[in-house]
This record gives sequence, C-alpha cells and structure tokens, in this order.
Amino acid sequence: MTKTDSLVGMDSEKKQTKTNNYCTRPEFNKKHAETIVSKTDPVQRKLYAETEFVSGKWNNEINVRDFIQRNYTPYDGNSDFLAAPTEATTKLWQKCTDLFKKERENGGVLDMDTKIISTVTSHKAGYIDKDLEQIVGLQTDEPLKRSLQPFGGIRMAEGACGSYGYEVDPTVKRIFKNYRKTHNQGVFDAYTPEMRKARHAAILTGLPDAYGRGRIIGDYRRIALYGIDRLIEDKMEQHASLDGEMTAEKIQLKEEIAEQIRALKQMLELGKIYGLDISKPARNAKEAVQWLYFGYLAAVKEQNGAAMSIGRTSTFLDIFIERDLKEGVITESEAQELIDHFIMKLRLVKFARTPEYNSLFSGDPTWVTESIGGMGVDGRHMVTKNSFRYLHTLENLGTAPEPNMTVLWSTRLPHNFKQYAAHISITTSSIQYENDDLMRVTHGDDYAIACCVSSMRVGKEMQFFGARANLAKCLLYAINGGVDERLKEQVGPKYRPITSEYLDFDEVMERYDDMMEWLAGLYVNTLNIIHYMHDKYCYERSQMALHDRDVKRYFATGIAGLSVVADSLSAIKYAKVKTIRDENGIVTDYKVEGDYPKYGNNDDRVDELAVNLVKTFMAKIRKHHTYRNSIPTMSILTITSNVVYGKKTGNTPDGRKEGVPLAPGANPMHGRDSHGAVASLASVSKLPFSDAQDGISNTFSIIPNALGKDEVFMGDLAVNLDCGCGVNIGDCGC
Amino acid sequence: MISGNIHSIETCGTVDGPGVRFVVFMQGCPMRCLYCHNPDSWSTAENKKMSVGDILKQYDAVKEFVKGGLTVTGGEPLLQTEFVTELFKQAKEMGIHTALDTSGITFMPENTEKTDELFKYTDLVLLDIKHIDENEHIKLTGHSNRNILKFAKYLSKNNIPMWIRHVVVPEITNNEKHLRHLGEFIKTLNGVQALDVLPYHDMARGKYKELGIEYPLGDTPPLTKEEALKARDIILSAMK
Repeated sequence: MTKTDSLVGMDSEKKQTKTNNYCTRPEFNKKHAETIVSKTDPVQRKLYAETEFVSGKWNNEINVRDFIQRNYTPYDGNSDFLAAPTEATTKLWQKCTDLFKKERENGGVLDMDTKIISTVTSHKAGYIDKDLEQIVGLQTDEPLKRSLQPFGGIRMAEGACGSYGYEVDPTVKRIFKNYRKTHNQGVFDAYTPEMRKARHAAILTGLPDAYGRGRIIGDYRRIALYGIDRLIEDKMEQHASLDGEMTAEKIQLKEEIAEQIRALKQMLELGKIYGLDISKPARNAKEAVQWLYFGYLAAVKEQNGAAMSIGRTSTFLDIFIERDLKEGVITESEAQELIDHFIMKLRLVKFARTPEYNSLFSGDPTWVTESIGGMGVDGRHMVTKNSFRYLHTLENLGTAPEPNMTVLWSTRLPHNFKQYAAHISITTSSIQYENDDLMRVTHGDDYAIACCVSSMRVGKEMQFFGARANLAKCLLYAINGGVDERLKEQVGPKYRPITSEYLDFDEVMERYDDMMEWLAGLYVNTLNIIHYMHDKYCYERSQMALHDRDVKRYFATGIAGLSVVADSLSAIKYAKVKTIRDENGIVTDYKVEGDYPKYGNNDDRVDELAVNLVKTFMAKIRKHHTYRNSIPTMSILTITSNVVYGKKTGNTPDGRKEGVPLAPGANPMHGRDSHGAVASLASVSKLPFSDAQDGISNTFSIIPNALGKDEVFMGDLAVNLDCGCGVNIGDCGC
Repeated sequence: MISGNIHSIETCGTVDGPGVRFVVFMQGCPMRCLYCHNPDSWSTAENKKMSVGDILKQYDAVKEFVKGGLTVTGGEPLLQTEFVTELFKQAKEMGIHTALDTSGITFMPENTEKTDELFKYTDLVLLDIKHIDENEHIKLTGHSNRNILKFAKYLSKNNIPMWIRHVVVPEITNNEKHLRHLGEFIKTLNGVQALDVLPYHDMARGKYKELGIEYPLGDTPPLTKEEALKARDIILSAMK
C-alpha cells in the first residue's frame, strides 16, 4: 500500500507543477534550469548530451554506436530491482485492453480513417488518456483508428476498408486513380507476362507488389541523441555533397535526401502537434524515450510495411535512464513506467489490411521487433537494466506478441539475464531468441532484427524485402516440364518433362537444377521491378532520413518448402517413387515405396540434400543483377505463410498431399523428426548462414513439463550432481 | 558384435537424469504397470536393432547439446544387461555420464555377477519404486516388489548413487500410509541423491487406443501439482 500511496502522491504533485512540457518533476527542472536557459543562447548551444556523457566520435559525426559503447553500463545483477506497474500504467493498460476487446467485438477493426491520407503530420494529437500518459503519440487522432495509406496501392486500401464495411472517400479514390500513381500500379506496368503467371500460380508468392515492403529500421535513436536540427544539418550536407556528373543513381539519391529532409521537418511538426520541441537532443530519459518514439511514429504514419521493426533501443535508452537514476531525478518505478508506456504505444500500432493479407500472415502482425542484449565486439555483453525492463513489460502489461521481443542470444550473456529471459519465456511464451554469436560476425554489435530474422546494422544497412520462391513447386515443375500441377498450365519454360514411371535421382536433379536456374532469374528480376517502383512511388523517407547517406542495401530473397524438397529428393534417392499421371501425362501424384531418411533426424544422407539446395539456389540468385547493386541474401523463414503456400502446392514426391502445409521455415516436416529436439535442431543447424544470411527460422514449441523438473523434484538431498556444465543441478538450466 | 533391441532414441531428454540427456529407450518389459505410459515398449519382439557403435555415433553427433550424458531406460533395460553393460563401458571410455533408469524387477539377489559388472560403468541409477507395499505392488504391476527392494539395498550397500522415482497415482499410491512407508524405506538407503515424485498423467491414452489395449486406469484423473507436492513432503518427512 505504501508504494501505491506514494505514487498517487507523486501524481498529484505532478499535476500541480505541470508547467513545463519536457519534465514534470520539479526537482529535475530546478537542477537543469541552466540547460534550459542555455538552449536559447547560441554561444552555449552545446549539445546537452555532450556535456553529460563521455564524448567521442559521436560528437562530431552521426554515430549512435560510438555513443552507446562509450556510455552504457553492463548489468550483471538479477531481476530483483524491477518495479511493479504504477497505477497510471495499470489504468492506461486497462483502457487499451477494453479497446482491444471492442475491436474484436467489432469484427477486427475499431475504426478506420477513410478520408485523411496518413502522413507524418496528417492528424491532430490523439491520446489514450492524456493525463496518465508519460509517452504520447498515436497513428491517428484516436487509439486503434486505422490510418489510410494508399501509396502502396489504392486497391489494397480500398479492399482493406471494404472488407470491414468502410468506403474510401471518393475524392481520395479519384486522386489516386487519376492523378497520383501508386507502387502497385507501377509494378504492374512493368511486369512481364511470365512474371504475372508465376505470381498467379504462386511459385513466386507473397511478393510486396501491392503492399508496403517494410523491413527497414530507421535509427530512431538518432533523434534522441542529436535532435532533429542536427539531423537536418547533416542531411543538408549530404545533399550538397552530391554534385558533378549527374547519373541516374545520383539524381535518385539526391531527390531522396531532399525527401528525407522534408520528413525530418515533418517530424519536428509532429512533436509540436503534441506540444513538444524535438529540435534538440533529449535532456532526460523521458525525452529520450519520447523523441525516439516520435521517429518511429512518423514511420508508421507513413508506411504500412509488412514489418515495421523498432531496432535496438533498450541499451541506448538505458544510458539516459541510468544518468537520471544516478542524479536522483527519477525512481526505478518511474523508469519502468516510461518503458511500460512506450511498449504500450508499440502494442497499439495497427494497419488497415485485407483479410487475404491477414490469412497469409496468420493474423495482423506489425513485427515491431526490438532486439535485446547481445555481445559487444569488445567482449563486454550489452545487457543493461533496461534489457530487463523491456522483458518485464510482459509481466507488467501481460503477455503480447507485439512488440516482438527478441533476445540476441550469446553463450556469454550474463547468467542472471539468461535466467530471467528463460523465466519470462516459460511464463509468457513471448520471447524470440536469435543467435548473436552467428550474426555479430557479419553485422558487428549495433545491428537489429527486422521482422523475425532479418539482421541489419541500424541506420547503416537496409533491405529490400522479397518474399519467397516456392522450391517445392519448382521441383514439381522440373518433373512436369514447367507445367503447373494445379492449374495444368505452362507456367515455367517448356523443358522436357520426366516420362519414366519411377523417378531417377540423377535425372530429377538435372531437371531441377535447370528449373531453379529459370526460377532464380525470374524471381530476381521480378523483385528488381518491385523495388524500383517502391522507391519511386512509396519511398520510405522517414525511415531513410534516419540512415546514413550511403546505405548498404540487402536484396532479400527467400525460399519456401525446404524440408519437402529435401525429403522428396531423399525419397527419390533412397526409396522408390512411382509417378501417377493424369490423362495428359502430367504427374499429379506420387507413391513412395519403402522408407527413406527424413530431414530433421540429424541424418547426413538427407541433411546434405537440404544444405546443397540452399547453396545451389543462393548461387543462382547471385548470378543476376540486383536493383541498386544491392547484396543478394536469402532467408528460410516462413513462419505462418507456409500454410497458404501448402494450399497452393500439389502432391509432392515425399508423400505429402496437396494442400497440406509446408513446414514453417527450415523446420522438418511435421511429425517426421522422430529423434527428439536436439537431432531435429542439429539438422537445421547444418544449413549455412553464409548462404541464408537473411535468416533461418525454426519454429519450436514444447510443453513446459518436457523442459525439465519443477519444484516437485527434490534434487538436493545429498547432493552435488554435476551434469557436466559446471553448475549444480537445479541451477544450470541444462 | 552384440546388438540391442531398441524402442527409440530421444536426443533432448530433460526429465531422465541430470541435465539435457541422450536417452535410449530399450524394447521389452516384463512389468505391466497399470499407469504405464509406454505400452508400446512392452513387447520383446525385435523392433530396431542397433549396435553400441551405432548409438554412440549418434550420441557423438549431438554431444555439444547433451551435456548431461546418456540415460538408458525402457522398457526394462535390465532385460538386456549385457548390451547395456557394453554400451556404458564404451560410453565411460568416452567420458560420458551414464544413468540407468530401471524398475529393478529382474534383479537376482543370489546371482549378481552380471549386475556387478554393469554397475562398474554406471554413474547413477534412477530406481523406480512402483509401490512400497508388496500386495499393492502385485496388483499394480503383476509382480512382487521383494527383489526390487533387495535391489535398492544392493545399490545402497555398493554405494551406487541413486535417484528414487515414484509415480503418484490417485487412489493407488497417493496414500499417506504408503507414502510414509516409502519414505521410511528410503531412509535406510545410502547414496540416495534425489527424490523424483512423478505425478500420474493420462497422456498415454492415445497410445493404448492405437495398440488396441483397453486403458487400465479408466477415468482416474491426473494427479495435480498440489497433490504431488504434498506427496513429496510426506515422503520427505518420513525420511527425516
């Protein structure tokens, strides 16, 4: 009770002294009165942050990583310091919960904007409950009211509205149909008949040609560290630096930077809409969280991307929080409140999407992925108290799929953090884990995950998201000489089909190689068109404004059906596979005679087939020119869309029937891994990251009881049972 | 080369001994415990033949992940004592922690030669005492528990580390008197390092149906965690 009382007391104190828009704590204002004054004095216009933090390269260039490395405090302790939700948090979250409930009752959306085209500054301020919110800002003027974003495609926007009983305003329709071209229209203007066919048959599938590609992470931290003014200055310099020979590439970049500057100015406006001035660096933790969030908010107001990830913010923000804690201007409870309110805002991010889109992604995901932890290249781990606070929101606010909390796992993370993460996993099932030891080698220690597995250096690298090619279907095309097994149409090139009754491994491999060659070329070129048009008609200016001038671009491709193909090839090689043909000689079914090694049992005979498939297809992708000289990568990561892909893939030589879901990502086919989790994971771990740099996913669920003993077990009767890990039983997590 | 009749292999065993373990399930068991959740491992007919080398090769392929070691369970592993002995012997040469999960039913107090040899290479025994009361034991498993209790004494005398496992089933073993007797018996043993109370669950129903065997425990409900904790405490208090 005492705790609550004091918090209530503090709240009323805040209300009385609410005279300043950046911090409501009087003692803080007093302490930093000087800074406030100096803000207006040009001579003293030194960055506030510079005077308080360890300086370095970051003072002279935009370099958030340098700031973090010089200033963060690794935390090795346990979770005991964490604070419970404040009364304001509980009340606010209750309001959100009520809204979510109303949204569900309303058939999936609460309200939609059908008239105002969403831009960074399109809406007036919106609140959940203005008096309770520490961190402010909504996508529109009401929580959960979905914004109208027609630049990706007006038809998609119309469809999204239509399916929930709303209609896009006629004027907006007229503008986008007659005067303003969209990304979607651009793409279809350039598609070849072959591309349209491949898309229709779903051998290329999920392509971002009618929706926002997403997968770009703005370095939202830059706003907190530098303020908008400094970022604009920097972008102006970049703009000026592009002169001389005006090539198409240079003109494009120059125009884009001008757009980025426009976006930054709008972010400044966005702050003003909420009564805040974000032109200068954040002066305290609350401002840091708020400034950062405004950057993200600008992004989601402008882009309905397939994945709108937030980056790697927890340890960055910890630096501001630590300082405020040290100076006594903030309590742990207040620090947690800031994070709770920030996370709450991220949970409210929603987009207007069609039911088809939702069925492809099995829901309405926004992929607000936040990357937590990991190791620094200097050997220090990057876990801070704020890493704990982020995970703790799952306790304070309850479990939720968004934001997608992702722990960058290293064997060298501090034991206490590992234990806390494990605890939160067990109690909430809401944490994703990714291998930092693997990714750090490529991306250093300031990368983050976009979507579920795509890694990129924040503010320095971006990717062109490219959905995926269905390699299982490609195998069927190889057998049927390019004829689609479901549509019975010639979709691929008219190569010689296989005519034998029983499939011969070498013959199938030869044909498959040819068909993959065709598919890789078609795929890359389709994506070239998509990304050209996305840049042209739906450019992510807010997010790219928070990137360096010369970003490294990844050209992300993906494959679906890995395990089906591996098992099919294994069946052909190690058992006998008989073809069953329709009246036109098209193979429509297969009969497997005998047993064969199945992917997912740590059996090299089949695992090598899977490994070679990844290597081969990636090598074929690499042969082609990629838009803006981006670096081709590949992912094996269908987490949900494998269900839809399965529906569109006919019977396969492994014995799988038409319509049965493909396994997600790099998973073995359902039920075929019979040697337990370690063998199953061992098969997956053979896949080479260098050829699947955009990520390999393995969806894994396990009942808690299968993870080990709980307190019913008494393991301390005598005893020091060394299980080989050097830690006593009960404590080792082995 | 001696080969074993194997039911299956689990590479991520977390409940059969300390740490994450490589678990070999042997085929064949003479007991017919009413609550058995592996009825598919009863038959002694040949299922899958594997040599010691086959198993250790598979172990080696995942050794980074199974730092706990190797557990042999079943079925009843002591039906294939010679094979298990050879397996453990070679495992020990590779520095692998070995655990044997057994009911002790085949133990012959008058002839322990083979057993003596096996325990040279066994780091830990998970001894599953089904019921402390002889008559109840017969009802539950179809066999007397006399040799099982002698087996426990044998392990105790030879200072072989053991975990006592005990499945607590409503109305059958979840009985204060029996649990107390069990605790009193455990008290007399040396080398007991852990007490593993296993709450009865009915997840094997599906398996019985598949095998066409009537489910012996009918509608007996799974034991709740609270009841399991209580049972654990009764045993522990009797051990003091």
